[in-house]
Amino acid sequence: MIEVKHIKKSFDGRTVIEDISCVMKAGQCNLIIGASGSGKTVLQKCIVGLFEPDEGEILYDGQNFTAMKGNEKTQIRKEIGMLFQGSALFDSLNVQENVMFPLSMFTNDSFRKKLDRVNEVLERVNLQGVNRKFPSELSGGMKKRVALARAIVLNPKYLFCDEPNSGLDPQTSLVIDKLIQEITVEFNMTTVVNTHDMNSLMEIGNYILYMYKGHKEWEGNNKEIIFSKNERLNNFIFASDFLQDAKAMRMLEETGQIPDHRNFPLDPEKGPDPKPGSA
Amino acid sequence: MTIFSDIGRYLLMVKGMFSKPENGRMYWKEFIHQCTEIGFGSLGIVAIISVFIGAVSTIQTAYQLVSPLIPTSTIAQIVRDTVILEFAPTLVCIVLAGVAGSRIASELGNMRVSEQIDALEIMGIKTKTYLILPKIAAALLMIPLLVVIAMILGIWGGRMAGIAAGIIDGYTFDKGLKEFFVPFSVKFALIKAYVFAFIISSIAAFYGYYVKGGALEIGRASTRAVVVSCILILFADYILSALLLPT
Repeated sequence: MIEVKHIKKSFDGRTVIEDISCVMKAGQCNLIIGASGSGKTVLQKCIVGLFEPDEGEILYDGQNFTAMKGNEKTQIRKEIGMLFQGSALFDSLNVQENVMFPLSMFTNDSFRKKLDRVNEVLERVNLQGVNRKFPSELSGGMKKRVALARAIVLNPKYLFCDEPNSGLDPQTSLVIDKLIQEITVEFNMTTVVNTHDMNSLMEIGNYILYMYKGHKEWEGNNKEIIFSKNERLNNFIFASDFLQDAKAMRMLEETGQIPDHRNFPLDPEKGPDPKPGSA
Repeated sequence: MTIFSDIGRYLLMVKGMFSKPENGRMYWKEFIHQCTEIGFGSLGIVAIISVFIGAVSTIQTAYQLVSPLIPTSTIAQIVRDTVILEFAPTLVCIVLAGVAGSRIASELGNMRVSEQIDALEIMGIKTKTYLILPKIAAALLMIPLLVVIAMILGIWGGRMAGIAAGIIDGYTFDKGLKEFFVPFSVKFALIKAYVFAFIISSIAAFYGYYVKGGALEIGRASTRAVVVSCILILFADYILSALLLPT
C-alpha cells in the first residue's frame, strides 16, 4: 500500500502539485487520470522519488519514503518496477539483456537461472522468440511488453506505469491493460497507472484519482465514475457524444435508467428523445 | 550565474560518482565496453592524424632549415620534440574531444531524454557511478595509450615523409632522434594526456547527463561539450607547460 499525504511540488515558483493525498492499495490498479499538464506525471515521479516533493509525505507500507536517506531509498526502489511512457529500453542491449539487466545487477544467480527467469517473464507478457532482437526492431506494443517484463522480473511489490497505452492501437492497449491487471492480482502488487485512456479507466480502474490543474478533483472507482456529478470530471472523461452514449449505456445496465441530459434512443422506432429545453 | 551553477553541478556530479557499486562485475563489464568504444573506436582517426602530422612536420621543418651549417639530423630532433610535446597529446586530445567526447555526451543525452537514466534510478542503481565513472576510468586508461601510439606513429610518419621526399635518409633520422633526447618530454606528454582525458570524459558526461529536452538539445549538448573541452584542453595545456617545463 502507498499512502500519499499532502504532497506539494512547484517548479520555479509555479505550483504543479497542490496538496494531494490518497491511498493506493495493494492488489489493485490505482489510476491517476487528468488532462495533459494536470500534474499526474509529476505526482508519479514524486511518489517514486525521481522528484523531491516540497511538502508532504509518501509512505510505502507505512515506511516514510520522503524522510529516507539515499541508501534506504535504494532499498525501497529495488521493490519498485516502472513501465515508462517511451518504454525506456536500453538501446544497446537486446530484449534478453534488457530483461536480464536487473537480475544481473542485483542477484548472483547463474546465467542459466537468470535466463530461465527471463524466459518465464517474457512468456508471462506473451512474448516469445524475440530474445535476440534489439529495441529498434520491435513494435511499440512489443517494446511496452518487454519493458513490463523488465519491470516485473525482480517480483516488485510496487508497479508504476506511465501512460502504458500511449501510441498503441486499441487492441494492443487492451492486451497491455489486461496484462497489468492480471500481474497486479497475481503478485498482489500495488500498481499505479497514469493514463488518458478511457478503456483503461473502465476496465482496470479499481481506484481512480482525477487531477485537475495540480489538485485532486475527484476520487473513486470505475463504477462510481459513471454516476459522478463532478462537471470537470464528466467534461474530461465523457467529452465526445460517443463516450456519453457509452456512459448512458453503462448507467442503463447498472440502474435501468438513463441520464436525463442524453437523448438516448430507448426505442429505435421512436427515434431519439428530444434534448432538454429543445422543445 | 549560470557558469557558477554549472561548476557547482559539475563538482557534485564528480563527487556523486564515487559510491559503492551495486555489482562489481556489471561495472567491470561496462568499463571494458567503454575501453573498447573510446580506445578502438578512436584508433583509426588517431593513427591517420598522427602519421600526417609527423609527415608535415618533417617537410615544414626541412623547408625552414635553409642554413647548410645546421645538420639534417636536427630535423628529426625537432619532429620528435614537437610530436611528443605538443602534437601527440594536445592535437590528438582535441580530436578525441570531438570523437569520444561527443559520443559520450550524445549517448548520455539520449539515455536522459528517453528516460533510460530514470529507469536505472528506479531500479535503485546509482546512475552517476554506473554511467559516468566507467567512462572516465576508460578514458584515463585509453587516451594516454592513444597518445603514446600517436607519438610513435607521428615520428614514424615524419621519417617516412623525410625519406620519400629525399630530405633525410633513415640512418640520419634515427641518429637525430637519439640526440639530446630528454625523457621528461614523454613524462610531460603523459601528464598532459591524463589531464586532457579527464577533461574530455567528464565535461562530455556532464553535458550529456544533464540534458533537458529532446533530440535538438542532445545535439546542442554534444557541440557544447566539444567546444568547452577544447577550450579547457588549450587552457590546461598552457598552465601545465608554464608549471612543468623548465624555462
